[in-house]
Amino acid sequence: MSYILDRRLNSKNKSAVNRARFLKRYRGHIEEAVREAVTKRSITDMDRGEEISIPTRDISEPVFSHGNGGRRSVVHPGNKEFVAGDRIKRPSGGGSGGGGGQASKDGEGLDDFVFQLSRKEFLDFMFADLELPNMIKEHLKGDASQRYVHAGYSNDGVPSKLAVVRSLRAAKARRLALCSGPRRKLREAKEALAQAEEDDDEVNSRRLQMEVDTLRRRIDRVPFIDTIDLRYNLHIKEPVPTSQAVMFCLMDVSGSMDQHIKELAKRYFLLLYLFLEKNYERTDIVFIRHHTTAKEVDEQEFFYSRETGGTVVSSALTLAADIVDQRYPVNEWNIYMAQASDGDNWGDDSPKCRALLEERLLPLVQYFTYVEITRRDHQALWQEYEKVGEKHAEIFAQQQIRGAEDIYPVFRELFKKKVAA
Amino acid sequence: MNPEILNAAGNDWTFELLDDFDSEISALADEFELDTYPNQIEVIRSDQMLDAYSSVGMPIGYNHWSFGKKFTQVEESYQRGQMGLAYEIVINSNPCIAYLMEENTLTMQALVIAHACYGHNSFFKGNYLFRTWTDASSIIDYLVFARAYIAKCEDQHGVDAVEETLDACHALMNHGVDRYRRPYPISAAEEERRQSEREAYIQRNLNDLWRTLPQSNRAKVAEAKRFPHEPQENLLYFIEKNAPLLENWQRELVRIVRKLAQYFYPQRQTQVMNEGWATFWHYTLLNELYDRGKVNDGFMLEFLQSHSGVLAQPDFDSPFFSGINPYALGFAMFRDIRRICEDPTDEDRSWFPDIAGSDWRTTLREAMQNYKDESFIQQFLSPRVMRDMKLFGIVDDDQDQYIEVAAIHDDSGYRDLRSLLASQYNLGDREPNIQVVNASLDGDRSLTLRHEQHNRRPMQEDSADEVLKHLYRLWGFPVRLQSSTGEQVTRQFSCPPQPEEAEDDLQVSGSIVLP
Repeated sequence: MSYILDRRLNSKNKSAVNRARFLKRYRGHIEEAVREAVTKRSITDMDRGEEISIPTRDISEPVFSHGNGGRRSVVHPGNKEFVAGDRIKRPSGGGSGGGGGQASKDGEGLDDFVFQLSRKEFLDFMFADLELPNMIKEHLKGDASQRYVHAGYSNDGVPSKLAVVRSLRAAKARRLALCSGPRRKLREAKEALAQAEEDDDEVNSRRLQMEVDTLRRRIDRVPFIDTIDLRYNLHIKEPVPTSQAVMFCLMDVSGSMDQHIKELAKRYFLLLYLFLEKNYERTDIVFIRHHTTAKEVDEQEFFYSRETGGTVVSSALTLAADIVDQRYPVNEWNIYMAQASDGDNWGDDSPKCRALLEERLLPLVQYFTYVEITRRDHQALWQEYEKVGEKHAEIFAQQQIRGAEDIYPVFRELFKKKVAA
Repeated sequence: MNPEILNAAGNDWTFELLDDFDSEISALADEFELDTYPNQIEVIRSDQMLDAYSSVGMPIGYNHWSFGKKFTQVEESYQRGQMGLAYEIVINSNPCIAYLMEENTLTMQALVIAHACYGHNSFFKGNYLFRTWTDASSIIDYLVFARAYIAKCEDQHGVDAVEETLDACHALMNHGVDRYRRPYPISAAEEERRQSEREAYIQRNLNDLWRTLPQSNRAKVAEAKRFPHEPQENLLYFIEKNAPLLENWQRELVRIVRKLAQYFYPQRQTQVMNEGWATFWHYTLLNELYDRGKVNDGFMLEFLQSHSGVLAQPDFDSPFFSGINPYALGFAMFRDIRRICEDPTDEDRSWFPDIAGSDWRTTLREAMQNYKDESFIQQFLSPRVMRDMKLFGIVDDDQDQYIEVAAIHDDSGYRDLRSLLASQYNLGDREPNIQVVNASLDGDRSLTLRHEQHNRRPMQEDSADEVLKHLYRLWGFPVRLQSSTGEQVTRQFSCPPQPEEAEDDLQVSGSIVLP
């Protein structure tokens, strides 16, 4: 007797929970590997999984087992030249290294336990314990996706949406309403009939018997369920709020910014982009580059075209503020700005930048970060920004990056979870 | 079934063809008198097979990180192409559940049906270990209960607390089985009957004089102090019943792990027999199909290719060698028993006078029903098989300078070789023999375990320390493991670690600071 079943459509990922628990348990190891990977990887490469390796000894599940030593006997197949009584020298390299040709039974192999993190798991670890500061604005948009929600019951509908309990409840109510009067009369009639029969009152009892029969028929005619009882589940469409973010990348491309510094800036922007993308359903990017004047450009031009000239940072800030006014209504968009520069600025422009930030930009944005990529001393711009930072600590932060190895730590520093004050 | 169907069929399976094959093989199995549970054959995808791997093949399991580790491991090596997946997994349940992989060809599906659904299945139903220790009809229900119970505990006590307890139980899992049946608790009526029987006996033999004999008090006191009365080898059972600090839900977790360990215990002891039996039967059944003209040559060629792949036994000096292949050994032995029955030589008559020339089906069935790997090899491994496999035994004694070849496949060596191989499959020799000898319940509540060394083999020290930590977590008070040869203790492990000198004072120092 056999049954053959097709289970291929059964749910997959039965082991997802167990795998997640495994990753959680070895969090420390994995975080370290991720940190290393982030600093080592090239820029275009950030957005994929990672191979993680954990020393086997850290991961083993111990059981009582035999160690080396004592008297051991083993039977092997494939004898070619041995006869009983032959003596074989122990393999060199440790007297207790086990018998000839024996595989290591003690699990002392030093191979690491290697496995692949998926992209999502990798990003989760990369951005673990980080948060986007400030509230996320959710916005209802016409073209956003819609979902069905339950919205009570209706009297019309398709059979597949029949609400059985509600229908039966309605039927019960109808039956009660239609039958309770006749039932009461039936009860009275029956009592009267019994009385009449006791009194041998033939006429009355015949009349009463007929009345009882009529009432019974009337009650029986009330159907158990009727079309007017049917109720249907009602579902209506409801727009799902989506959260969206726009990220402004502002970069100085004046002569002092060489390709290496731009590379570092790009890595920083990329991290920020991945992070926003993970948190928001929709993410826009605006690239603004500037020397003495600012210009909105595409990604290619932003990172790779060469310019020379002086530096006026305020030009970029003004342009960013204008773009926000034109295209990104503050009530719909979560606005993040990231500025990267080597710290050079035209002498008397820096105070102007501070004023611009405080008056125009900071009221608009969720968070403004400034990274200064330089090994030299800070200049006027940093000092002016420091003053901004003192006043607006929740939405403004700045950090210095000296080399590639700083980027990830600085990023973490800028976005680390703030302990509730 | 119309024989042309199978002959004409391509190599892609359909559910109708599976059904045809199953009924055909089932009819043959009936002819060969294979007694099986009903089959439940489930076709699954390869990723579901990965899931099944990581949960030891069980269809439902509780959640634990170690299964996730196993899954990650298997998935990784599968994706890199380092290993292929098994063609099938079969579960000792009633009905007997067998998983077939969607990717298999029709031939492979037929092979798997014969192997799992009639070979393994009849083994599960017939072998005495499975009959004694597992209840095939209730295991799935028990797994459902275990999963739900553990999930409930996680809700109530937190995932971490549950995980900690389960980790500790898993470490002791191999020492959480009963090797001998515990007597069932007797019913009240039976107890009463025995009581009155005892009373009657005392009445009959009453002699008041005995009462006046002087008694030694000392022996009695020493007796009472000892707990447990006799050493206990089922560590998890002892913990479940006696650990002082465990909460009720923790005891239940210990019990669940213990039950599962017990369920898997027969499988660990019958690997060679089980695989050999299943392989023997898929070979016999499919060949019979061919002889009756139900399948064509192409089918047989593909079948023989995978069949011989499974049976490959690399020599000890081959780079692919990883021990004796249980399929190869088991298959060779069952085939050989059939040969001895049908066509015995003089050698067979002197070695196996009982079975030479007997009915092979009965002999095979009895061998399958009444043995485990160790005793099966001890009983049935014939000189012919030893010669064919060119077996030789070596002894590695750390007191000698050399590794010695103890016995080879020749007249003087057959018996020794057979015993050596049999003991290699004796779980009692393979795993350290560890028993609870003392729990000082009225002292510091410390627990003492004793490891009896077999052939002077020591404990693996790192893992022993780790397991003791787990045991300590369950017991809640100091735990000691004494590794001994005879009466002499050669090595002591303790948790929390004790300075060596203080060990003698351990009994008197009442307060141990728990970390």
